[in-house]
Amino acid sequence: MRERLEQLKQEALEHLKSVADAKQLDELRVKYQGKKGKLTEILRGMGGLSAEERPVIGQLANEVRDAIDAAVSSHAERFEREETERRLASETIDVTLPGRKLPRGAVHPLTQVIQEIEEIFIGMGYQIAEGPEVETDYHNFEALNLPKDHPARDMQDSFYITEELLLRTHTSPVQVRTMQSMDGEVPVKVICPGKVYRRDDDDATHSFQFHQIEGLVIGKNIRMSDLKGTLLTFMQKLFGEDTQIRMRPSFFPFTEPSAEVDVTYKKKGATEPSWLEVLGCGMVHPRVLEMSGYDPEQYSGFAFGIGAERIAMLKYGIDDIRHFYNNDERFLKQFARQ
Amino acid sequence: MKVSTQWLSEYVSLDGVTPEELAEKITRSGIEIDEIEQRNQGVTGVVVGYVKHKEKHPDADKLNVCTVDVGSGEDLQIVCGAKNVDAGQKVPVAVVGAVLPGDFKIKNAKLRGVASQGMICSAKELGMNDKLLPKDQQEGILVLPEGTEIGLPITHVLGLDDAVLEFDLTPNRSDCLSMIGAAYETAAILGRDVKLPAIDLIEAGGSASDKVGVTVENGELCSHYAIRYISGVKIGPSPQWMQNRLMAAGVRPTNNVVDITNYVMLECGQPLHAFDADKLGANIGVRSAREGEVLTTLDGQERKLDPSMLLITGEDRPAALAGVMGGLETEVTESTVNIALESAKFSGASVRKTSRKLGLRSEASLRFEKEVDPSAVIAALDRAALLLARHAGGSVAHGIVEQRSGSIQEKTISLSLPKLNAYLGTDISMLEVKAIFARLNFKCADSAEGIIDVQVPTRRGDITRDVDLIEEAARIHGYDNIPTTVIDGPTTPGAYTKSQAVRLNIRRTLTHGGFHEAITYSFTRPENTELFRAFSAGTNAVPLAMPMSEERSVLRTSLLPMLLESSEYNRNRKNADLSLFEIGKVFHSNEQKVTVQPTELTMLGLLLTGSKTEDVVGAQPRKVDFFDLKGAVESVLAELGLEGQYRADAPDGFHPGRSASLYLNQSPDKRVGVLGQLHPQLQRDFDLEDTYVAEICLDELYAAAMPEIEYRELPRYPSAQRDIAIVVDRSVEAGALLSAARASAGELLEDVRVFDVYTGEHVASDKKSVAIALTYRNPERTLTDEEVAQAQQNVVTALEQTFAAELRK
Repeated sequence: MRERLEQLKQEALEHLKSVADAKQLDELRVKYQGKKGKLTEILRGMGGLSAEERPVIGQLANEVRDAIDAAVSSHAERFEREETERRLASETIDVTLPGRKLPRGAVHPLTQVIQEIEEIFIGMGYQIAEGPEVETDYHNFEALNLPKDHPARDMQDSFYITEELLLRTHTSPVQVRTMQSMDGEVPVKVICPGKVYRRDDDDATHSFQFHQIEGLVIGKNIRMSDLKGTLLTFMQKLFGEDTQIRMRPSFFPFTEPSAEVDVTYKKKGATEPSWLEVLGCGMVHPRVLEMSGYDPEQYSGFAFGIGAERIAMLKYGIDDIRHFYNNDERFLKQFARQ
Repeated sequence: MKVSTQWLSEYVSLDGVTPEELAEKITRSGIEIDEIEQRNQGVTGVVVGYVKHKEKHPDADKLNVCTVDVGSGEDLQIVCGAKNVDAGQKVPVAVVGAVLPGDFKIKNAKLRGVASQGMICSAKELGMNDKLLPKDQQEGILVLPEGTEIGLPITHVLGLDDAVLEFDLTPNRSDCLSMIGAAYETAAILGRDVKLPAIDLIEAGGSASDKVGVTVENGELCSHYAIRYISGVKIGPSPQWMQNRLMAAGVRPTNNVVDITNYVMLECGQPLHAFDADKLGANIGVRSAREGEVLTTLDGQERKLDPSMLLITGEDRPAALAGVMGGLETEVTESTVNIALESAKFSGASVRKTSRKLGLRSEASLRFEKEVDPSAVIAALDRAALLLARHAGGSVAHGIVEQRSGSIQEKTISLSLPKLNAYLGTDISMLEVKAIFARLNFKCADSAEGIIDVQVPTRRGDITRDVDLIEEAARIHGYDNIPTTVIDGPTTPGAYTKSQAVRLNIRRTLTHGGFHEAITYSFTRPENTELFRAFSAGTNAVPLAMPMSEERSVLRTSLLPMLLESSEYNRNRKNADLSLFEIGKVFHSNEQKVTVQPTELTMLGLLLTGSKTEDVVGAQPRKVDFFDLKGAVESVLAELGLEGQYRADAPDGFHPGRSASLYLNQSPDKRVGVLGQLHPQLQRDFDLEDTYVAEICLDELYAAAMPEIEYRELPRYPSAQRDIAIVVDRSVEAGALLSAARASAGELLEDVRVFDVYTGEHVASDKKSVAIALTYRNPERTLTDEEVAQAQQNVVTALEQTFAAELRK
């Protein structure tokens, strides 16, 4: 029996040397180690051995099994490795072909500018107020210190629907509505973004429809220096930390003092920044406060307004305002990066 | 307002300040200078010459050979082609070496064989704006006044060494519609004094009241009306210096009388009018026009008048539109001898109304509209009378014939220094504040501790309250010197409102789904308001009172026509494939004739047209269909935590077989949107490929949108899935099958969905096969086969009974 085991071992190991692939290997494993394999067959004869011989032969049989197992495993590993290498060698792709992209659409550049500004002011504790686009003459003009015969008000400049109704010419009526809804309470801190309309012939820099973002703060001891500080922060967040602002005296019927604000801005292709006019602002006129229920001796406030189109045109170097309203896909899709 | 720096320097010293520096200072102090115009367009070496002789050119009929003395000691021979050149004239001569605008250098030349040592110039050749030239100077060479000194540089004679600043005035600063006003502003900015022109008028002859009388009927529209009577004027050209200044200000010289009235208006800001006194008559009136009266104005137009217009009359006949324009009949002409010179204060509102009504604006109306300085009425009248005496040979009758209501009073406004500093955030001392008002020529007096009384000159009608004085102080102090501070007060939370957050969410969802956001115009053509009536049924579109064009004459009632126009625009640019959305307002009125604010609804519009092609190699384009659109709507609703119900419908403008109305599960009785294929007729009208559109009313979504997320525990027991395939009539909707399944399956049903619909050879032609997957689960324990089979049987039975469904084996 010992000889048969030794011989089996020799024979199996010899056979294994010439095995060519995983399939042959598996056949050999079954042939020697399977339930009906040669080793099992030999071991069936163990019953006829003496008590002394049995453990000796048993141990030998285990050694033979382990030797064959080891050889099988080593071949199996080799075949697996070779198989993997073959697969890897055959499985190649051209990684430079395009991938299946997620769909990508663009938020309109004007909306992007408005959202950016909204987020800046939300961060400074402002609410966002909205109001109707068809306004009463009272809210659009009279409550803003523009009585009916005011020289700064020209029927030809507005889209009237009736004598008392018109398309709002600025988002300031939203400020009026906000003040009135506050019923004399402070602080008021809002920005009012939205569409506005003025009779203007369309050309590259004029549009009869455009977007404004106006801001209003009312409280105790609001100073013009607060307005300047607020606008400096705003402009630095919008145009970069190095941005500087300057104010120039100006005139709006609803603010006094009034100012135009210039910012330092490096235009596309320019080497040095230049001063560009971007917004109008001022201290809320006492008449405006009075008319909306605030005592100007107790409260003060500031207001400002900025045009979304102008900012978008500056930021992206767009030279024709009409692009914003044509909705040419070639234009829109450039703004898909947000 | 064009402000000549040369002229300005007569009232305030500009020594050591260049026009550029001055423009910058004025701009930074509140009046934008749009442009600095150099009057000299590039003229050097042109001098005044005297034409001694003129002879015909031997070989050219149209040329003359002139002998010209330019004061150099040696006469020049110059060939000249101008018809009007003649011996005895003083003319501008560009000598050899001179340069004319356009870098045109003058050299020795030969014209048809005759040597020419220079060129006699026309005004145009000197770069002067021919629109501003007096009529007799528009053709031929410029003939200068006889007394002009030979050899003087022409730039000096014509006042070309001048820079003109274009003041872009805000409506409150009408005080600077005059040179003197501009001088006060400049003086305040530079800290210098104002020198006003002396008015040393000599009255001669009889008394004016013997010649004319004035009756003002409408004192409220004309608070002051004054006439001076000047006799014996000789009409002729005004002096060259005056013409130069008028041209610098953009006014064309006419004759001495007209030029003087214009000159004084520019100087003092007070419009004047000169009537031919003999044509006007002795009785001058100011009254409202009567119905049916007409007046031919100076521009030759016959104007129909109405009682809202204020008139000047002579012998009760219309003679001028008060403050707007004079009448042709009483105009000063070559033959005028006696003048009634008017200076008045008319109500700004009245002048504006008349000027609007007639579409007639003039330099005078521009000034009256903004209210002229009441103190200037007499000053300007006297100044003009003086100039008429001096430059038109007139003699000024004694006295002024006038009627005035009320008196001129300077306003006094109290200003508190603590308030000023609190308002501006500054720390300006009382001394500085007083110095600022001194620069502005406002008198101040101490009133109480920290309070001064400031007297506002009548020329500054814009200053009415203390904040106006604060602004004056701030701008002279310099806005740059106001510090930047942070608001002192309670902190406030900033946040988007829910409706704002909903819109942000929708934008994000749709752009991530490949849609681009469009923004269209709120105005459209009337036909477009008739196309989609789902949300405007029974309402009216809102028209503009005065549209700019028919195409933009009413407010939009739906976003969809606007999006269709955008796709048409893209298709015309070879882009037929488009996914667009817009969020914007539409407008409806419940009234036939609008009197109250219309309803404004915030809508979401979606448009899909053409094909979609995945951006990979070998991908085939696929035409978009209803389910691309519906999927987008479903995704938007899902992002908002809402679930829609889609009911087959045929709204206006939609394909009747491929469209639906949208309802929310949360409010199943209220239609919130429409979606479907564009009606083929509209598709043709807009020249589009198959197009799918949706419009959803966001106002209806806000309330239910964005509920808190409700977490459900993960299931502990496995689910069981069963599929069935049934054959039903083609008209049976999948939605109805699913509802029936849900209703009949019992509590164990977790999910049910359609996963295939088949029509074709294996089913009858009027039938379809629908495959449905049902998922069952018991959250408490593992399901048994029997209970699943029972539920499944209930479903099949229900489908068989309700829809005559046949189970496919």
